[in-house]
Amino acid sequence: MGKVLVVTSGKGGVGKTTSTAALGAALARGGENVVVIDFDVGLRNLDLVMGAERRVVFDLINVVQGDAKLAQALIRDKRIDTLSLLPASQTRDKDALTIEGVDKVIAELREKFDWVICDSPAGIERGALLAMRNADLAVVVTNPEVSSVRDSDRIIGMLDSKTLRAEKGERIDKHLLVTRYDAGRAARNEMLKVEDVLEILSIPLLGIIPESEEVLKASNIGSPVTLNNPNASASRAYFDAARRLKGDKVDVVVPMQRPGLIGRLFGRRVA
Amino acid sequence: MALVLAPEVPLTDWLNALDAQMERSPNFFDARPVVVDLGSVPREQQGVAQFLQMLEQRGIRIIGTEGAHPSWDGIEAWGRPLPVSARPGREIEPPPASSTTAATTTQSLPPAESVPAGAEVNALLIDHPVRSGQSVVFERGDITVLGSVASGAEVMAGGSVHVYGTLRGRAVAGLAGHPGARIFCSKLQAELLAIDGVYLTADGMPAKAIGKPVQAWLDGERMKISVLD
Repeated sequence: MGKVLVVTSGKGGVGKTTSTAALGAALARGGENVVVIDFDVGLRNLDLVMGAERRVVFDLINVVQGDAKLAQALIRDKRIDTLSLLPASQTRDKDALTIEGVDKVIAELREKFDWVICDSPAGIERGALLAMRNADLAVVVTNPEVSSVRDSDRIIGMLDSKTLRAEKGERIDKHLLVTRYDAGRAARNEMLKVEDVLEILSIPLLGIIPESEEVLKASNIGSPVTLNNPNASASRAYFDAARRLKGDKVDVVVPMQRPGLIGRLFGRRVA
Repeated sequence: MALVLAPEVPLTDWLNALDAQMERSPNFFDARPVVVDLGSVPREQQGVAQFLQMLEQRGIRIIGTEGAHPSWDGIEAWGRPLPVSARPGREIEPPPASSTTAATTTQSLPPAESVPAGAEVNALLIDHPVRSGQSVVFERGDITVLGSVASGAEVMAGGSVHVYGTLRGRAVAGLAGHPGARIFCSKLQAELLAIDGVYLTADGMPAKAIGKPVQAWLDGERMKISVLD
């Protein structure tokens, strides 16, 4: 039986889709059988970030409504054959998803894969609730700024009340993934510190992903950053996070700024 | 703090839904001042005054209406403006504390001696953080939170509120009219504190108390905050 993981945040634009792709690819590179599902019906992006947008024939809605079989909709990654994608529909909206349909699809995927990773849409409405419904564990993606932190707090409350596990009186494991962390700005107190975020949200830290051009570059060419440039600082942080998800003990490293001579002389004045 | 009820037409359906709600939480309206927002009731609606009477028969204490149309029959009796400075009179006295003489105890209540020591019915313990968007309401007594109360969360107690963590959201004590209730927290960063209808927003809190362990209580009509050492 595989584990169902939801990647969620409340707020949009904090890096849910990027993190879903990067963690999925990192787990798959470690030999795990992984499927990533796009729950953002109507605003799908995961297919782009995974570089599979031209290979989408059937999607989650088709499967939920019984128009296609699961095997027809799953897209296997060309780079790693243990990584698959279940895309969302771009032409429909979130009302096309039904609770029964989603439960059935997830149950089927659970049988086939080690990890079922659900990329949640932003918001706290139906789409986000359906994405988290079947989850065994959650990765809460948060940027180190106040609005993202408060939205994450709201989502954590919903994970504790609106998931199937919560309804059965069980707890859902929640992990904090701080993304777009800028060591330079943190040093200048222009960003919330990781310890402040942890204090407010009080859930265990899964990792800190540094702000990196490599992430944007990888997204633009349609590849999870962990595949496109495995040695980038962001990729290394995602690999560590993936190992922690599997239960390995890996110390969390706070990204540090190592400025060159010019950076040391002018770093405080630029930006 | 007043509750706002916003009835919708058809009024009979809305009343049925309200009855169902009141059955689930019978103490919800206890002694709480209520404002009825009639803004969504169409002008041609008949019997609005009778409808308000029916609300009062359910024990809802209406202190005013909003959006009432002057052409409605008998509505002027209900269009009472909200008291701005004066607080509404209390119809129901707060339940006597266990140590005070139980002069008002009626026969329907068991004598105080028969209640087992500890009397946990009068306290609610929450052993996890209260998250943004969550609202904890407990009218029969104190609420104790082991953890923080997030920005955008609220904790409302009939008695006192105790937060063993940072209070970033709202805390309301003495909900059903209990001016002796207090608010305690390990670290004050609250958006709002209220005791028995007297409230204080973050702007009104003394700067020296922010970030400190504090207690808040009522001194007459004013809220006092002091740092706990």
